[in-house]
Amino acid sequence: MSAQANTNAPATDAASSEYLVFSLGDEEYAVDILKVQEIRGYENVTRIANVPDFIKGVTNLRGVIVPIIDLRLKFHLDKIEYGGQTVVIVVNVDDRIVGIVVDGVSDVMSLAPDQIKPAPEFGVTLSSDYLSGIGSLEDRMLVLVDIEKLLTHEEMQLVERTAESA
Amino acid sequence: MDISDFYDTFFEEAEELLADMERLLLDLDVDDPDGEDLNAIFRAAHSIKGGAGTFGFTVLQETTHLLENLLDHTRRGELKLRRDIVDTFLETKDMLHDQLDAYRNGGEPDAEAFERISRVLQQMALDELGQGEAVKTTTKPEPAPAPETGDSAQAGAGAGAERDEEGASAPRRLAITLTGVSDKDRELLVEELQHFGTINSQSGDVARYRVLLDSSESQDDIEAVLCFIIEPEQLSIEVEATAAGDGPAAPPAVPTIPAVTAVEEKASLAVEASPEANKDGPKSGAASPRSSGKSSGKNAKGSESSTIRVPVDKVDQIINLVGELIITQSMLEQTASDLDIVSHGPLVNGMNLLQRNARDLQESVMSIRMMPMDYVFSRFPRLVRDLAAKLGKDVELVTEGKSTELDKSLIERIIDPLTHLVRNSLDHGLESPDKREATGKSPTGRLTLSAQHQGGNILIEVIDDGAGLNRERILAKARSNGLAVTDSMSDDDVWQLIFAPGFSTAEQVSDVSGRGVGMDVVKRNIQEMGGHVEILSKPGQGTTTRIVLPLTLAILDGMSIRCGSETFLLPLNAVLESLQPQSDDIYSMAGDDQLLKVRDEYLPIIALHHALDVTDAKTELTEAIAVIVQGEGRRYALLVDDLVGQQQVVVKNLETNYRKVPGISAATILGDGSVALILDIADLHRLDRRKSQQRHEAKHQHLQEVSLA
Repeated sequence: MSAQANTNAPATDAASSEYLVFSLGDEEYAVDILKVQEIRGYENVTRIANVPDFIKGVTNLRGVIVPIIDLRLKFHLDKIEYGGQTVVIVVNVDDRIVGIVVDGVSDVMSLAPDQIKPAPEFGVTLSSDYLSGIGSLEDRMLVLVDIEKLLTHEEMQLVERTAESA
Repeated sequence: MDISDFYDTFFEEAEELLADMERLLLDLDVDDPDGEDLNAIFRAAHSIKGGAGTFGFTVLQETTHLLENLLDHTRRGELKLRRDIVDTFLETKDMLHDQLDAYRNGGEPDAEAFERISRVLQQMALDELGQGEAVKTTTKPEPAPAPETGDSAQAGAGAGAERDEEGASAPRRLAITLTGVSDKDRELLVEELQHFGTINSQSGDVARYRVLLDSSESQDDIEAVLCFIIEPEQLSIEVEATAAGDGPAAPPAVPTIPAVTAVEEKASLAVEASPEANKDGPKSGAASPRSSGKSSGKNAKGSESSTIRVPVDKVDQIINLVGELIITQSMLEQTASDLDIVSHGPLVNGMNLLQRNARDLQESVMSIRMMPMDYVFSRFPRLVRDLAAKLGKDVELVTEGKSTELDKSLIERIIDPLTHLVRNSLDHGLESPDKREATGKSPTGRLTLSAQHQGGNILIEVIDDGAGLNRERILAKARSNGLAVTDSMSDDDVWQLIFAPGFSTAEQVSDVSGRGVGMDVVKRNIQEMGGHVEILSKPGQGTTTRIVLPLTLAILDGMSIRCGSETFLLPLNAVLESLQPQSDDIYSMAGDDQLLKVRDEYLPIIALHHALDVTDAKTELTEAIAVIVQGEGRRYALLVDDLVGQQQVVVKNLETNYRKVPGISAATILGDGSVALILDIADLHRLDRRKSQQRHEAKHQHLQEVSLA
C-alpha cells in the first residue's frame, strides 16, 4: 500500500491549509500535508542497537537509508503489534527524510484558521512545543503535530547534537 | 569561433606543465642533473611560451622566454646548476603561475613583479654566461628543426635510404635485379611487383633477371614483400637514375640546401653552443627528443576534446542510479537462483551476464569521481623544501599510498588542513639538526605523509619523528587560557586540547605557524567532511596526526555475518581470519573482560550480541565463531553466530537522514532490499567497553546497596 500524497488538491479558501490525518489508537493527529512525501507499508526495518526504543531502525526507501520512528512509543501509548493497517508516513523536514509509523491514515482535511485552536499547556508526555494547535471539526478533535519541531527536537536523537536544528 | 574558446584549454595545459616543471625541478640532482629531466623542464617552458604567444599573453610569454633561454643553456651544460639557480627557477615558476591566474581571471599580471623577475633572470644570464643580449638572439631563430634536417641532409648525402622516404610520393624508376631465382618464383615475384607500379621492361635468365619498375613505393617496402619468396641476398634494388630523369632526383635535393644553411646560420649565431652540439654525438641526440617532444605535444593538443566537463551532481545522479541497478540486479539474481538451471538455462546465463555488466558499469561510474591522493601529496615536496630551508631544518619527505583514491570533493577539501598539519610538523614537530644530533637522532628529520583505506574510511597520516607534544606545556597553556584541565587527564585528552581555538604552545610566533589559529580550523574542516582527527604523540619520538575521512561513495568489499536473526557487514580488509574458539583458549581478565588466545597472542573478545543487544544470538562462546578483525591498528576477536559470505556492497551514508550510530560506520542495501549495517571495528570496541563499564558500575552499586543493607 503505497500512495503518493497529492499536494495539489482543489484549492479552497486561501488561508486554510491541508492536513493529513492519522490515528494512534483512538486519538486522531494531523500533520501539514506539504511535509508529507509519501505513505507506504511497514516492512523490512533493520533494527539499530543502543538507540531509544521509539526509533525502530532504518529502512531502504529506493536506495536511501531512512530512519523509522514509532510515534506510539514516542507518545507513550500502548505498544501494539504491527499489522496490515500499519503504515509509515514518510515526511521530509529540514532536508531529512524520516518515516513515522502510525496505526492508520484516515483522510486529508482542509482546516480554516478559525478551526485551529491554540494548543493548551499539556502535561509532560507531549510537550506543546511540538504542537501547532488543536483542530476542531464538528465532534472530532485533531492534534496538529508540528512535525518539523518534533523531529528536530534534541530529545528525538534523530539529529546529531552538533548539528544545528533550525 | 573565437580564439578565447581555447583559453581554458591553454590555462589547464599550462597549469599541468607548470606542475610538471616544479616536480622535475624539485627532483633534480643539482650536482648531476639528468639530461632527460632538463629537457623535459625546457620543453614545458617552451610549450607555455608557445601557447602564451598564440593567445597574446605578452607578459607570460616574455617571462617564459627568459626562463627558457636559461633552461636551454642549462640543458646544454653551459650553465652549471646550483641550488640558488634552482630556487630562482622555482620562483619564476611561481611567478608564471601568478601570471597565469591573472590572465585566467581576465586581468593583466602584476607589472612590477614581472619587471623584477625579468631583471633577476637577465642578471643571472649575464652573471652565469657572460652574455646578456646574446642569449636572446641565440635561441630566437627556432633551432628545433635544425638537428632533424641536419641529419637528413647528412644521410641524404650518404645513402639513398633517407631519400626514399622523402621521395616516396613521386613515382620513379627502380631497377630490380634478381640473382639465382627459379622461373616459377620469378613469375610470382613479377606478379607481386605489378602491385607496386608499372613494369617497364623485364629481361634476363635464372642467374640474373632484371626488372625495371615505375613505382612510388619505397625500396624498403618492395624488398620486404619480395623477401617473402626469396632471400635478401638474391635481390638488389636501385634507383635507375638515367631512365627516371631529373624529376625524382630533384625533390630530395631541395630540402638539403636550406638545412645546411640552417645549420650554418645557427652556428654563426650561437656563440659557443652550436659547434659543440653538432660535434658532440650525445648532445645533438639530446636535442632531438625535444623536437619529438614538441610533436607529441601537438598530438596531445589534437586529442584535447577527449575530456568533457560534467557537473558533479550529474555524476552523482548516475552513481545513485547505478547503485539502484545493482540492488535490483541482486534481487533478480536471488529470485533466479531458485529456478532450475536446466529448464531456465538462457535466463541463468543472462543473469550472469547482467551481473558482470552491472559490476563493470558500477566500477567505471565510481571511478569517475575518484582521484588519487597523489593529487594532494604532489604539492608537498615544494612546500617542505621551501619551509625546511626557511627554518634551517633538514627534512626528508616520504609519501606512502599515493595511489589511494578518494572522492574528488573530499580531495579538494583536504588540501588546506593537510597543508596546515605539514607546516605545524615542520615548525613545531621536527627539531633543528643540532638539537636532533644532541638527542642521538639523525640530523635529517623525516616527515611521512601516508594514505590508506581502512574500512569505509580513508586514513591520512602526517607523521614526523620530531620531539613530540609537550604534555606539561599544553596543560599549562590550557590553564592560562582558562580551559578546564586536570593533571590526571589522559594523553589523548591532552592532545585534543591543541584543537581548542586560540591555542598554541610555540615559544614564539613565527611566520610559518604558531599564531594559534589553525588547529581548530583544521578540526572544523575535517568534521565538516564527516571525519575526525586524532593525535598520537610520544615525547622524543614524534607526533602522528591521523585524519580519518569517510569514503561515502566507496563500494566496499564486505563479509556478511549473522548474529541472531540480524545480518551485519564487516569490511573485508578488517577481517584477518576466523576460527571456532575452544574453551581452553578463552581466558578472563579482571572478572568481566575476556581474552582469546590465538597463536600466542591474547586478543580482547568483543561479543557482537553483547555490544549491539542482539537478543536471539548464541551466547555460548564455544558455539560462536570468532572473527579476528583489525581496527585502528589493534586486533580483536569478534564473536558472531555465522559467516554468510563475501560480497561487494554500495556504502550508504547513515548520516544523510539520521545520525552517527555507535559501532556502525555506514549502511548498505542487501540483495533482498533490506538494510544491513556495516560495522566499525574500533568504534565497536569502544562501545563494548562502555557497555561493560556501565554494567560493572551497575553491579558494583548493587553490591554496595546489598552490603549497606
